[in-house]
Amino acid sequence: MSTTYTIPVGPVHVGLKEPVTAWLELEGERIVNARVRPGAIHRGIEFMARERNPIQVIYLSERICGICSFSHVMCFIRAVEDLAQIGVPIRAQYIRSLVLELERVHSHILWAGVACYTIGFDSAFHLGMLMRERVMDVLELLTGNRVNYGVATFGGVRWDVTPELEKALRGMVRYYRREFTPFRDIVMEDPVAQARMRNVGVLTRDDAVRYSAVGPTARASGLRIDLRKSSPYEAYADFEVEPVVPQDYFGKAYGDVLDRFAVRVLEVYQSLDIIEKVLDGLPEGPFVAEPNPNKVLASLKKAEGTGWGIIEAPRGDDTHIVSLKGGEDNVLWWKVRAPTYANAVSWPIMFRGNELADAPLIINSIDPCISCMERMMVTDGRERGIVTKTELVNRSRQKTLDLKSKHAAGGGVGK
Amino acid sequence: MTSVFILFLKIFAGAALSALMVVLALLFDGIDRIVSAKMQRRYGPPLLQPVYDILKLMGKENIVPRRASRIFFMTAPWMALVTTLMIFLYIPTGSFPAVLGTEGDMVLIVYLLAMSALLMAIGGFASGNPLASIGAGREITLMMSYEFPLSIVVCTMAWVAWRQGMPGAPFSLETFASMSIWKVVGKTGVIGLSCLFLSLVLVVPGELGKGPMDIPEAKTEILDGLIIEYSGVNLALFKLTFALRPFAMAAFMTSLFVPVSLASLLGVGGFIVAIFDFLFFWVKVFVVQMLFVTVMRTTFGRLKIWQASQFYIMKVAGLSIAGMILLSIDVIAR
Repeated sequence: MSTTYTIPVGPVHVGLKEPVTAWLELEGERIVNARVRPGAIHRGIEFMARERNPIQVIYLSERICGICSFSHVMCFIRAVEDLAQIGVPIRAQYIRSLVLELERVHSHILWAGVACYTIGFDSAFHLGMLMRERVMDVLELLTGNRVNYGVATFGGVRWDVTPELEKALRGMVRYYRREFTPFRDIVMEDPVAQARMRNVGVLTRDDAVRYSAVGPTARASGLRIDLRKSSPYEAYADFEVEPVVPQDYFGKAYGDVLDRFAVRVLEVYQSLDIIEKVLDGLPEGPFVAEPNPNKVLASLKKAEGTGWGIIEAPRGDDTHIVSLKGGEDNVLWWKVRAPTYANAVSWPIMFRGNELADAPLIINSIDPCISCMERMMVTDGRERGIVTKTELVNRSRQKTLDLKSKHAAGGGVGK
Repeated sequence: MTSVFILFLKIFAGAALSALMVVLALLFDGIDRIVSAKMQRRYGPPLLQPVYDILKLMGKENIVPRRASRIFFMTAPWMALVTTLMIFLYIPTGSFPAVLGTEGDMVLIVYLLAMSALLMAIGGFASGNPLASIGAGREITLMMSYEFPLSIVVCTMAWVAWRQGMPGAPFSLETFASMSIWKVVGKTGVIGLSCLFLSLVLVVPGELGKGPMDIPEAKTEILDGLIIEYSGVNLALFKLTFALRPFAMAAFMTSLFVPVSLASLLGVGGFIVAIFDFLFFWVKVFVVQMLFVTVMRTTFGRLKIWQASQFYIMKVAGLSIAGMILLSIDVIAR
């Protein structure tokens, strides 16, 4: 058992959501050393932004990630608002917080499902994916899109929360309070799931500090950090968000995958509470400071300087730094630091002493960001074949219209 | 003259049975996938999807990796399929005796089950892929863990059959199929038998590489492990083997523990009833397979290899030894 051999997990691997390679040095099944090699999906988005004006970059920044797309948009917009000193109406701040929390709900439920899939617990995976549909439907009802919402703009948002939407949102909150608890119990009390996740991929509190873990990864190690509490942005100052840490619920923070699972699952409930508070306290007023994009663009052309935007994305602190030069249309430079950059450093620590069987689970446990994927083909049992892009767009629009009319007729979202 | 005729008859019956088993196993596999999908609130594939898969793969070319050991790589799938098909020749179906019932017994069936698993592992090792080697290593580890409780179950049952004077050879499946073992033991014995039955149920996922024990083929860990380098006809043969093994295991369990037949229920005999008994046997096999393979594999996630090994060596072996002791007390005390 003294010889080690090297096995790559990735770049393309069934258990991984994104292309990343982990070269594992194995002794039997035990991992003795690990090297992580990212960089398989570099797309040069920051460079592309230099050929676009800030309003165009909003929609580019949505394409950074397929799951936390709104977090990146918000981060970019806040950076530009910071440098150009654009004010945001309070109602718009509330709606932004609302969409951020909706996104957190869908991201965490997706992650919980994928974690179950990684340990071969397919039933829980399908249950999770089924439940995620409800929040996706609500997002589509609000914004017309399921993934890249295109809802935020400089100085506000582009869509208002109508009374019908409020009804759908409250229905969704009730649905999750009712349906999500069985899912949580099924997974967290399952002996096999516990055997697979407890004491696996441990990141101690000290290591989490030393290697600058952020977001749920850090909170699962027992660190009480959450930007929504420590530096509230948008409407979060009104809601008193407490960081979710495992020691509050289980008495002790192990810093393992089960703790990361627990933190994300409990944050779903926290997000539901915040969504209710947003709906209760939604102030009247305009939802955008300047509805005419040309005027915004003209004012941004005069702006000069560097702005920061830092928010708590579903995976941790997302940071954007934007620089504009007076008299130029395009963005001068733009730097994105996604939470996965910070968390990926902890991977080799988590791998140490674990087994090959745990490797995909550990990689997934920090919820790495993935790039978006373009849909090309639909098969639904009766109709088969290739659908052109135009037809796909039209079908998507029709689906949204159907959803809206169904909801207007009192059918509710989802079922 | 008659011996030649009997030999010819046996060859014919064996060939017909094997063909029937392949079709039935693929059908059961299709139903298994649909039931599993319904449990997960999915639509699931069409019933004949496994058949389509096999037919498609049969028309594809075999690719042999450069670093593979060609002889073992190419022969392992064939041998695995043949050994699995051979199991059915030793299992009595309903009122019909097993085709080769007189030549083999339970020990041979256990041996053939182990043999086909071993051949899959050999195929994995021969492919020269490190992931396949890991899968093969896991398969062997798993086998070493579950063979112990499995042999305790088989030996205890044979011993009980011998002590209680059940008609027929103690290790022959025919003995258990013709007379229910549940009736020849007392109350303590029934508890003991239940322990043995439960151990066998728990051995099933490991034996088949399904459910919580799909460790050698773990998709999200080692990318289907054993069969990662296989393609074309070889892969089709492995898929057939994968479909046949749960089926064989379910048939083995059924004839050992569920020997209920229509003939004994209705108290009649004759050829027509025997035909219906033959069908009834496969219905029982179907129920056993759905309960102990499909439901198990849908309900649980996947264990790690040392956890699975520990589970079999400590818990399942303990359970089967408890069953053995209870049965011994029951049989000796009588």
